[in-house]
Amino acid sequence: MAYTTTAATGNGTTRVAITGASSLIGRSLATLLVARGDRVVAFQRGEFSTDPVDADVTAQVEQHRGDVRDRAALDAALAGCDVVVHLAAKVGVAGHRDEYVAVNVDGTRNVLAAAKRNGLRGVVHVSSPSVAHDGQSIVGGAADPPVAYHGTAWYPETKAIAERDALAASDGVCAVVAVRPHLVWGPGDVQLVGRIVERAEAGRLALVGGGRALVDTTYIDNAVTALTAAVDAVGPGKACAGKAYVVSNGEPRPIRELVEAFCRAADVPFEPRNLPLSVALRIGSIIDRIWSRLDRSDEPPLTRFIAEQLGTAHWFDQRAVRHDLDWQPTVSIDQGLKTLTDWFTASRTDIPSR
Amino acid sequence: MTAAPDQPDGATWRGWGINPSWSRLVNVRSHDGEIHRWHVLDTGPSAPGSATLLCVHGNPTWSYAWKSFLTRFGDTHRVIAIDQLGMGYSQRLGASHRPRRYRERVADLADLIDELQIGVDTALVLAAHDWGGAIAMGWAVQHADRVAGMVLCNTGIGIPEGRSAPKIIRLARSAPLRDMVCRRTPIFIEGTLRLSGQRISGTDRKAFRAPYHSTDQRDAIADFVGDVPLVVPHPSANPLMEVADRLVSIDAPVLLAWGSKDIVFDDDFAADLASRFPNVRLERFPDANHLVMVEADVAGTVDVWLHDLLSERSSASDGLTNDQSATPPRASTTTSVFDGLRCRFDDSSTAIADLANRETIDFETFTQRVEAAAAELRRRGLVDGDRVAMLTPPGIDLLVAVYGVWRAGGVAVVADRGLGLRGLRRAVASTRPKWTIGPRRAGLIRFVLRWAPRSRHINVSALIAEPVGPVELPPEPGPDAPAAILFTSGATGPAKGVWYRHGQLAAQRDALAATYQITAADRLVAAFAPFALYGPALGVPTALTDCDVTTPGKLTAEALDEACREIGATMAFASPAALANVVATATHPDKNTRTATPSVGDTTSNVTPSSPVGAETTTDVGHKYAGLAALRLVLSAGAPVPAEVLHAVAALSPNASIRTPYGMTEALPVADIDLEMIDTAEADGRGVCVGRPVAGAEVRIVTLGFDTLDGVPDAVATGDTGEILVRAPWVSEGYVAQWKTERLARPGDNWHRSGDVGHVDVGGRLWVEGRSVHVINAPTGAITPVPIERTVERLLAPTGLVTPGRVAAVGVGPTGCEQLVVVVERPNGTAGLADNELAAAVRAVVAAPVAAVLVSNEVPVDIRHNAKIDRAAIATWASDLLA
Repeated sequence: MAYTTTAATGNGTTRVAITGASSLIGRSLATLLVARGDRVVAFQRGEFSTDPVDADVTAQVEQHRGDVRDRAALDAALAGCDVVVHLAAKVGVAGHRDEYVAVNVDGTRNVLAAAKRNGLRGVVHVSSPSVAHDGQSIVGGAADPPVAYHGTAWYPETKAIAERDALAASDGVCAVVAVRPHLVWGPGDVQLVGRIVERAEAGRLALVGGGRALVDTTYIDNAVTALTAAVDAVGPGKACAGKAYVVSNGEPRPIRELVEAFCRAADVPFEPRNLPLSVALRIGSIIDRIWSRLDRSDEPPLTRFIAEQLGTAHWFDQRAVRHDLDWQPTVSIDQGLKTLTDWFTASRTDIPSR
Repeated sequence: MTAAPDQPDGATWRGWGINPSWSRLVNVRSHDGEIHRWHVLDTGPSAPGSATLLCVHGNPTWSYAWKSFLTRFGDTHRVIAIDQLGMGYSQRLGASHRPRRYRERVADLADLIDELQIGVDTALVLAAHDWGGAIAMGWAVQHADRVAGMVLCNTGIGIPEGRSAPKIIRLARSAPLRDMVCRRTPIFIEGTLRLSGQRISGTDRKAFRAPYHSTDQRDAIADFVGDVPLVVPHPSANPLMEVADRLVSIDAPVLLAWGSKDIVFDDDFAADLASRFPNVRLERFPDANHLVMVEADVAGTVDVWLHDLLSERSSASDGLTNDQSATPPRASTTTSVFDGLRCRFDDSSTAIADLANRETIDFETFTQRVEAAAAELRRRGLVDGDRVAMLTPPGIDLLVAVYGVWRAGGVAVVADRGLGLRGLRRAVASTRPKWTIGPRRAGLIRFVLRWAPRSRHINVSALIAEPVGPVELPPEPGPDAPAAILFTSGATGPAKGVWYRHGQLAAQRDALAATYQITAADRLVAAFAPFALYGPALGVPTALTDCDVTTPGKLTAEALDEACREIGATMAFASPAALANVVATATHPDKNTRTATPSVGDTTSNVTPSSPVGAETTTDVGHKYAGLAALRLVLSAGAPVPAEVLHAVAALSPNASIRTPYGMTEALPVADIDLEMIDTAEADGRGVCVGRPVAGAEVRIVTLGFDTLDGVPDAVATGDTGEILVRAPWVSEGYVAQWKTERLARPGDNWHRSGDVGHVDVGGRLWVEGRSVHVINAPTGAITPVPIERTVERLLAPTGLVTPGRVAAVGVGPTGCEQLVVVVERPNGTAGLADNELAAAVRAVVAAPVAAVLVSNEVPVDIRHNAKIDRAAIATWASDLLA
């Protein structure tokens, strides 16, 4: 990830801890913070990065191996930090609720407690727009309060509890801001682009309701600069203290267009089947029941939650977040798509074809 | 004495949307010597300079009827809504006090006002509904100096002249029936609520019923109905008549807010009251019934009216006068619409040639017929200011009738069928014509006449008879006399009635003459029939083309040419759709059913080769249309005119200046552009260039979405986008029965809000960028639709991806963070998301971020012009699709 130093606004004295730092966003964030002169503490279970392109950054970050369920390890990592960016989470659509609770709910409480014990000025809690998901379409919406019930979708449920706890913990000494990046994508992203490309290659690409719904997405660089802006902005008495924000490119597009663009970028066929929304919802509900009854931990082909996410509009009013965090996205969707195309082209040519 | 119903508890009040702290009981020493316990909803004292609104309900309602006033004005003003004695939660009246007659009711109100010390240090505004209106008016005539203003909703003081009491009320003459309907059963209450249908909520219905659940709680309801003076003699008849006669003494502003669907207090009652008060305004709510304040946004109108009332009062107390109302500047008083005819009163040359009906009339005969028709109208009883709906199809008869109505002092209501049947009904109903002039009662006319049930119909052929001897006529109407009501096309909401004074019409005629250098030597062809009305006013011979008025788009080149040759025309006016067909039939004569086989091969064409588009196809046949070739001026207006069409017209009429005036029903002309300027401007600006303001008209671009009540803003910087304000002596006077709309269109100093947005460039040229209601409020600021649409059309039409005039830029999402969506019409495409090619092409040419590109099978347009895109409807469609 290349960031120019002109984007840097840090004064070089900020010490920032990142939990779950080995994720794509974590590594990108660490890279940006290091580039602008901040000191970075990377907290993750395994290696920060084994990718040679991260070698420079890896050398400059202070690595702390550990789990957010481990308070002592957190204390060691957060000691002397100004801000912690809490990225670590259990994501997915399958598995037991207990596992999600242990990492997402208890882990977040541990991070908040450690932050207070170690005198940090702020916590940037990375949340998810799905915490406020109630199955209805969102058209130019605000970052609504989390809702508790998500059926068997444990990820949004536990993230909702975690966000509520996090914002409730914001006080006059240690402020908390919750940032919900909306559908992050970019080169190296396996969550969104990776899955779409995989399905397209396998001929299993499906669009719900023709893919007409308008959705917000966030190019990876913008998610990272937004988190950096949150690191700078968070603090007791600041506008963002105790608030949640949805972050996106502010360029909603119909889902179909985005999926098609990703496929074009990866040079895979775009031949989607179409599932009417009502059908998708019914199938999702059935699969939800089967998966929980059979106690399967592999990823189901569709869930009700995903059907709702794919079949209804989700885009957000970006004015408050841009004002309160003093942040603007720097990469448009079209620029991002171009970078993505280049990245796919490069990764294909890297692999010897003979 | 019977107890009042139990007061609702706090939760009940809150459930009804009423702040429980507003509810209180007041003991009032009455003129009858007793102490009565009143219930009022009172929002409490307000600041100096504010108003006290005293709201008096009617029958069978209670103070809840004023909820919208209480909630809207309670914070800034004091609102006191009372329950009449025996009604709502006020004390019920004992047998010795029943029935309580009108005179006592007025005295009761006086007792309460004195007890509450209302309006001692703030302006007192009375608001009253139904029978409460009569009571409030009764108090007001006795205390005219204390009344700062009155709002009257669906009420009355007497049966309007020339009619009987509404049928439904006449049933109340039977005492047993009255008792059954009003007291022993809740039929009257239920019936009243039912009239409001779904326009009132379930909560409203519950609240209205609440104080009237038992028979003894409903005594007063029956008494009120019994107090309507339907039997003779009646104890309340004379007091009511006395009050009616004294209303003229109330010179404070009066606002009539009327639900027009009311079958009891209908529009006639509004007209009756309007004629009694010296300072009265009317806001008609066409879709509302009797409970207008509950059904419609009456409070919104009152808000604007109250603003004016209080600012006038404060400026009056500062010793300042309101310039606008004190000295309304008028158009020049030296000209009139009759000037053209006066110059030619003994001219036996053709005044009108109607090619559709194959008739002609000379100026001398035309003038005589106009005067004869005017005399006949006066003889039949038409008086100054009477509205006359013109239902005669275009032609000589219509022109004689219109000028006859004007000469007689009437107001011509011109509602054309381009409004659609629904629009026409609303138009006729809202103007309430006293007369209609048209063919005998048959077909459509019979239909239309039902919408104006109290008008008297005059058969046009009886009116336009041979003049018989000299006629007696009143003096010609002066410049301030009302002259005409025209209708907006209804492209952005229901069609509005726009009214003009004679001076304004004369000024408009003069502006056209000056802009287009029209002299007595000119001769006009009106392919757009209503434009023929200008002919006699200009004093120029005028021809109407042989084309059905309802389908001007079927005008052929042959028909236009024939009309030109008939009178040796120098000028022609045609709608854009008509011109497009003229060009099509000239270049492909086989399409023209009236044209003989075209002769080809003549090379003596006098068409100049300067026209870049369409020239090569029309040169060969241009000579064929000698009438068109002789024109010095071709005018087209009403909707955007494609430059390609104008170029093709230029090829047919090589000596003509091709011009399109810009303006609106409320103000025409505002600006004017010729083909040359269109060509040079087209590519280098945003929006549609409409030229420079015509002499005498002023244009000012002001900040978008400004508040009219704050007055006229300063102009924005040159080149900046804003709303277009217009000022000219020929701007219309106002809107009919739509006071709030009128007020919000007139910020002051005679400026008119056009509702269009645009800018003026450094060269002084005016550009239109769309309607202000269609502006897309994106997070980055306002985006205007027309520049985007024109850019897409200009750059993509040549590739065949889009059709000119059938591209719409709209916003989806909440205002302030709306996303731009571009909709392209493709009659045979799949409606929905555009394919990748089209979406990419649109994004490539539009600078602003485009959230989605959609394909629609049919972009909705207005009926009159078949061109004005209904962007609001498209936005709704797009929002649903993308959700």
